[in-house]
Amino acid sequence: MHPSHPWNKVSGPLEVTDSTLNIACQAKISPLAPRAASTLRTRKSAGGLVADEPLWLRVLLIGSAFTVIGLLILIPLVYVFVQALADGWSGLIKNLWNDPDTRHSIWLTLSVAPLAVALNTVFGLAAAWTITRFQFPGRTLLTTLLDVPFAISPVVVGLMFVLLFGMQGYFGPLLRDHGIKVIFAWPGLLLATTFVTLPFVARELIPLMESLGAEEEIAAVSLGANPWQLFWRITLPNIKWGLVYGLIQCHARAIGEFGAVYVVSGHIAGQTDTMPLRVEKLFQEYNNPGSYAVASVLTLMALLTLLGKSLLERFLERQMAAAQQEAQSP
Amino acid sequence: MRFPSALLFLSIFLAGCSSGTSGESTDSGLRTESETVELLNVSYDPTRELWKDLNAAFAESYQQETGNVVTIKQSHGGSSSQARAVVDGLDADVVSLALWLDTDQIRQKNLIKDDWEERLPNRSLPYTSTIVFVVRQGNPKQIYDWSDLSKPGVQIITPNPKTSGNGKLAFMAAWGSVIVGGGTEDQARKFVTRLYKQVPVLDTGARGATTTFSQKEIGDVHLTWENEAHLEVQEAKGALELVYPSVSILAEPHVAVVDANVDRKHTRIAAEAYLKFLYTAQGQEIIARHFYRPADAETLAKHAKQFPDVSLFPITRLAASWNEAQARFFSDGAIFDTIYQSK
Repeated sequence: MHPSHPWNKVSGPLEVTDSTLNIACQAKISPLAPRAASTLRTRKSAGGLVADEPLWLRVLLIGSAFTVIGLLILIPLVYVFVQALADGWSGLIKNLWNDPDTRHSIWLTLSVAPLAVALNTVFGLAAAWTITRFQFPGRTLLTTLLDVPFAISPVVVGLMFVLLFGMQGYFGPLLRDHGIKVIFAWPGLLLATTFVTLPFVARELIPLMESLGAEEEIAAVSLGANPWQLFWRITLPNIKWGLVYGLIQCHARAIGEFGAVYVVSGHIAGQTDTMPLRVEKLFQEYNNPGSYAVASVLTLMALLTLLGKSLLERFLERQMAAAQQEAQSP
Repeated sequence: MRFPSALLFLSIFLAGCSSGTSGESTDSGLRTESETVELLNVSYDPTRELWKDLNAAFAESYQQETGNVVTIKQSHGGSSSQARAVVDGLDADVVSLALWLDTDQIRQKNLIKDDWEERLPNRSLPYTSTIVFVVRQGNPKQIYDWSDLSKPGVQIITPNPKTSGNGKLAFMAAWGSVIVGGGTEDQARKFVTRLYKQVPVLDTGARGATTTFSQKEIGDVHLTWENEAHLEVQEAKGALELVYPSVSILAEPHVAVVDANVDRKHTRIAAEAYLKFLYTAQGQEIIARHFYRPADAETLAKHAKQFPDVSLFPITRLAASWNEAQARFFSDGAIFDTIYQSK
């Protein structure tokens, strides 16, 4: 290690302390320690870099970055809200509330997305626990399989479910005999959304739990903690922020999912149209104000999610800085 | 505890979701059907506005006649993909698809009985339609008939014949314009080859093509359903014009009750009443107002002004049946594949 390197400002104090303190410290900084640390690092090193460059280059680079982001992100984003508010607030509320199909789509998205997030929380916790705390044959394979939903096109995911649960598929006739509807109904929407957002929580937790190690848990078990106590008192407090971070990402993706849901929905207005599907439908029905109204709500939800994410990041950064100070003072 | 509350939520949702049947039973105590019926009509792309009006009118008349409440849900999309969804288990009580071919797909899977075409008046056709042209204001490219489409520099917008009813009909109309005019199949093939060379983009469905032409402003002429053309011109507020060619194809969007589904859901009575309603004076009037050509001669005569006299030829003028036309023109490696080079 080179003492002059700016990175050492962060990693240094943690290294000099003894291992007990190290663990305690990490536990307090808790989940996002690696992520938060890397954010700090880039900030410091980047600050140094920029200051060395000539003014024209700085202006050019920063200016072009703002131009591109403005053109690609900011203007379309503002445009959505401008269009939605073309007839004022009352017009927006009328467009959202007076059409029962639109009202239903909002409600549908607001029920499918949180439920998909809930399912993925349970699944993500179980998967991360299994993968980081046990050694077994096929562990690497399982880790790879976790990424499959990211890799497959959502349309293919939808078709997969149609082939599995459709009347021409494997389970369709059996399910129908028992009066259960999966595709072209609510469970299909949930299934598709859950599948597509499946990796978010697990992917967030696995590196975190790996870096935390099992020492504290082993200590707790040796002191006689039962599995529930272990989970609620040791594991969950350690990973809670990482978990929240995963949930936020998972939720953002779940409310916006279009492709997979498009295939399994059956497009029944007022029944299986989620908000993204409703936006498309209203647009095709020449109802631009209605379409932009729903789009604006969807955008607003995404922005709120983003806000939550950055608030969380800032909170963790501050926590981490506090933990460092604590570690530095003997 | 997240999970149990989620389950609770789910169960509340499912309970709220199951269709409510009202508690009072009829005097006789005999109940063949629940008193609140929900029907699902699976239809093709451009009929959204039509069914919205028809559904409201039917629900009112049905309640007056029987005292029963009926609500109708709609599903719209490309005709062939909608047929596919019904085959895959979409719970349609009735289908109102763009082509005979698509309804027949569902019959082939035994969801609709073999005699479906004869069960309703006019071969189960409450209305017919055709393919017409929409051009830009002032018709700058001077497009008046099919032969004008192959002029150099004319860009044509039409959906993909492989996936869209509109697309298939537009192709067959172009092909038929040569045959009906006394041309040979060879000439017809040359004509459609030139024509589809001038198609910059093939959308998958009728509404997609309309958006491409009217909102993205691509192309000089749009080959589309007569009813869609009227709506498109209306929405464009003067920027587009409608052109009727001298000949075109007779489009026959059939309607049918999906037997397997109504028997399982016990909705046959309402579903049959729904389709019969389309043939009433009120139903025909709504159909005509949305620019579909009504089956009833009287209603058609009343609205004659909005349906110019175009010489319409049926598909049987060009092929033995839609099945044969599909195999000969649109299946993999068939005529359309040989004449259309994707860009």
